[in-house]
Amino acid sequence: MTMIWGIPTNVVYATAGIYAFLIAASGIVLALEWRGPEGKYQELADRTRSWWWMIGAFTLAILLNRTVSIVFLGFISFLALKEYLSLIPTRRIDRGVLFFAYLSIPIQYYWAAIDWYNMFIVFIPVWMFLFFAVVMTLKGETNGYLRAVGTLTWGVMLTVFGLSHMAMLLVAGNAVNPVAGGVGLLFFLVVLAQFNDVAQYCWGKLLGRHKVTPKVSPKKTWEGLIGGVATTIAVSALIGPYLTPMGHLWSALAGGVVSLAGFLGDVNMSAVKRDLGVKDAGGLIPGHGGILDRVDSLTYAAPAFLHFFRYFFVP
Amino acid sequence: MNTLLRFLFFAVLVRAVVLIWLGLNVRHRERLPEDGPAIIAANHNSHLDTMALMSLFPLKLLPKLRPVAAADYFDTGGFWGWFAKNIIGIIPVKRGSGKEGNPLEPCERALDRGEILIIFPEGSRGEPEAMQAFKKGIGHLATARRKVPVVPVFMYGLGKAMPKGSGLILPVNCTVSVGELLYGKPSYDAFVKELGASMTALAKQEKLPEWE
Repeated sequence: MTMIWGIPTNVVYATAGIYAFLIAASGIVLALEWRGPEGKYQELADRTRSWWWMIGAFTLAILLNRTVSIVFLGFISFLALKEYLSLIPTRRIDRGVLFFAYLSIPIQYYWAAIDWYNMFIVFIPVWMFLFFAVVMTLKGETNGYLRAVGTLTWGVMLTVFGLSHMAMLLVAGNAVNPVAGGVGLLFFLVVLAQFNDVAQYCWGKLLGRHKVTPKVSPKKTWEGLIGGVATTIAVSALIGPYLTPMGHLWSALAGGVVSLAGFLGDVNMSAVKRDLGVKDAGGLIPGHGGILDRVDSLTYAAPAFLHFFRYFFVP
Repeated sequence: MNTLLRFLFFAVLVRAVVLIWLGLNVRHRERLPEDGPAIIAANHNSHLDTMALMSLFPLKLLPKLRPVAAADYFDTGGFWGWFAKNIIGIIPVKRGSGKEGNPLEPCERALDRGEILIIFPEGSRGEPEAMQAFKKGIGHLATARRKVPVVPVFMYGLGKAMPKGSGLILPVNCTVSVGELLYGKPSYDAFVKELGASMTALAKQEKLPEWE
């Protein structure tokens, strides 16, 4: 593959494309704000401004170098786990175990960084799964034990194990993607997952009438879901061949996987928030909510895409 | 020299810990005073409370920020005594009944100089994340300086991050909710009740996860 400044050429074009899209979207929002009544588009403006920060941070970190990329992705896991553990009921006695949960982040991302897939894939589902329970058992407090160990392990699976698939894709992708390397695969996944969120939201706003999950997330509609999946499939079929070793058809299929998994990850987090009685998972990102509100789709889409790709395209 | 150390401590270390390691959700930041004199009255769960509150203000106000602290606990000489006085910038106050003259006099003088006092009316950290009854000192102070606004601030999460007796800081997203300004009343007792009610109302607006 050809490179510009050590970055696969197609990834540079993709980055330029993202910024072009962002500038166009910002222009539309500015025009709406200028013509519409004062304050009506405040949330939209906040969201757009936050997109600039998020895309800026993501592209900078991912394009700078491998180490920075992995630290950045690990930091997202840290923010997500912190938000999760701050929302759920916890026990005072488990303070020490929570430190270990945070410690699992650098270790898990280290396995990804050294491309040790076998350890990466068992460290949290096997070793941490067994370890958290042991530490809690040895503390000797059985009151609320099952809830404590269950919620902790589940949260670490989602925010650390699930999201760390992005780092694994970045590192392991190099050997299997002659078109644009691991960074091309990561771009394909993240850009599509985020684009899918926006597309589902827009289609839902435009045409949404029939609710998919009235109890969990009443704003999600069939129109939004179908429109979003279709749009994401179209875009992925278009860009897939330039970022991944997949042709148009396989790219479309991968887009479908990312889109559906993203939707399910989103709904899953909605169920958590509804159970806990909060609207947003946090206040970190103006207009969006917390970090969990932004990466919820990736908690599903990242593992789903990595294993889809691995099954069909890794010998 | 101490001024520089204090600036570096708050500008670099405290901000990094509070913003990255912890993370604050601040509600109604706009209600914070833009300049002194003012009294910030907050609930107390952790040594981190002071740091979190001070990080809410712009650095140019740092010289004016004065946490009020118990003399018997903090003003003890040695490294931590020096640290509390010069880096944190506390005003030491004698706990007790106030029989040996007015123990709040240094606070009143600080308000007269236009400084911003940080006071924990519960008097001590107590059990983390459990609010205790307020002491009367805040009422006396507000009554003595009736033009100075008192800002009730409810905080949640810092007691989980670093409870009494722990030196390690667990990453926890914390909530800081700023209430509407209050002013001293002729009766200090009535003021303490009003402040307590305001704090309880702020706490009620938050969805707080169980922690036991």
